[in-house]
Amino acid sequence: MGENDDGQSKKKKTKNVVFVTVGTTYFDALVRAVDSPEIKQQMLHKGYSDLLIQMGRGSYIPIEVTFLSCVAGSGSIFETLRLGKSLIVVVNEDLMDNHQSELAEELAEQKHLLCARPQTLHRTISNLNLESLIPHPPGDATPVMKLINKYLGFLVD
Amino acid sequence: MMMVFTFAITLTVVVFTVIVTRIIYVMRKSSKPLSKIGSQSVSTLIVLGSGGHTAEMLNLVAVLQKDKFTPRIYIAASTDNMSLQKASALEASLVDERDDGMISKDAQFMQIYRSREVGQSYLTSIWTTLIAIIHALWLMIKIRPQVILCNGPGTCVPLCLTTFFFKVVGIRWSSIFYVESIARVRRLSLSGLLLYKLRIADQFFVQWPQLQREYPRTHYVGCLM
Repeated sequence: MGENDDGQSKKKKTKNVVFVTVGTTYFDALVRAVDSPEIKQQMLHKGYSDLLIQMGRGSYIPIEVTFLSCVAGSGSIFETLRLGKSLIVVVNEDLMDNHQSELAEELAEQKHLLCARPQTLHRTISNLNLESLIPHPPGDATPVMKLINKYLGFLVD
Repeated sequence: MMMVFTFAITLTVVVFTVIVTRIIYVMRKSSKPLSKIGSQSVSTLIVLGSGGHTAEMLNLVAVLQKDKFTPRIYIAASTDNMSLQKASALEASLVDERDDGMISKDAQFMQIYRSREVGQSYLTSIWTTLIAIIHALWLMIKIRPQVILCNGPGTCVPLCLTTFFFKVVGIRWSSIFYVESIARVRRLSLSGLLLYKLRIADQFFVQWPQLQREYPRTHYVGCLM
């Protein structure tokens, strides 16, 4: 999400979009957090002009926004990382075993994304430093394939 | 009267010992590679689960040699709408690679009753798990795959338990390959823990080194996604 200012007299409105997704889940806590005036103010401050939210199965509908999305599951996380986009993962604390947070925390520790909870989201956005993030290398299933073939006695070419 | 009683006891002990010995033999033999040189192809059961599970599993299926792992039977929970669609999309994309028109009969799609829905009470889960096990038995008798690929959804447990049972009683010797989901970084899932501890999975793969250190019989294979 870079800045793109051509500096000409005809002002072009640059669109820096924050895309929030809940995947296939129900995560109203995040929708509410993102919809709050403080967070929207901070996003504007940082130069983000549009907020796109994908709501999944949630029921809370923000007044001004078209779509709401927040990243929750591994599917959403890796799709976004593959696209090379900067990512803030918000963990859903209402889920029982919360194994989601293990993955988000580990990737955050490795600096592939930022991790937050609905309550701390405003702090993460106000301290936003996306340059510190490093890309996640693409996944590779061939090590598994080779071990399976070896076990079954198939030759791997 | 005493003789009948003694005989009954002796018989019970003998049968019990035979069963336990057989189970230990199966567990020990399972962890070693197949001794026969691999056959031309192996029938493969691919267990799909909701959300990230299916995506990861299809990532693995995509890199398998399709002529070695065939026919491919995809199985998903009856309440899972997306997984079989994604699997058939993958299979359809393979049709373009080979133009001998044989792909369609290589792939089959089936559904199984789920042992437990997310949030279901553990009490009713006992009953639904029993139903799932019976359904698994029924499906496995029909399919009898040589290879099973699974990565953690609850649907795989009844199928793997049935497979293990078939191995013990000699109906079919299958190899179970379990890939723990990428979302499991520090702890194994419940399905994974079960299949690891009971040595039901022949090979157990993990995507994070922390898990390999914690569970030494696993193989660390890096991220699939």
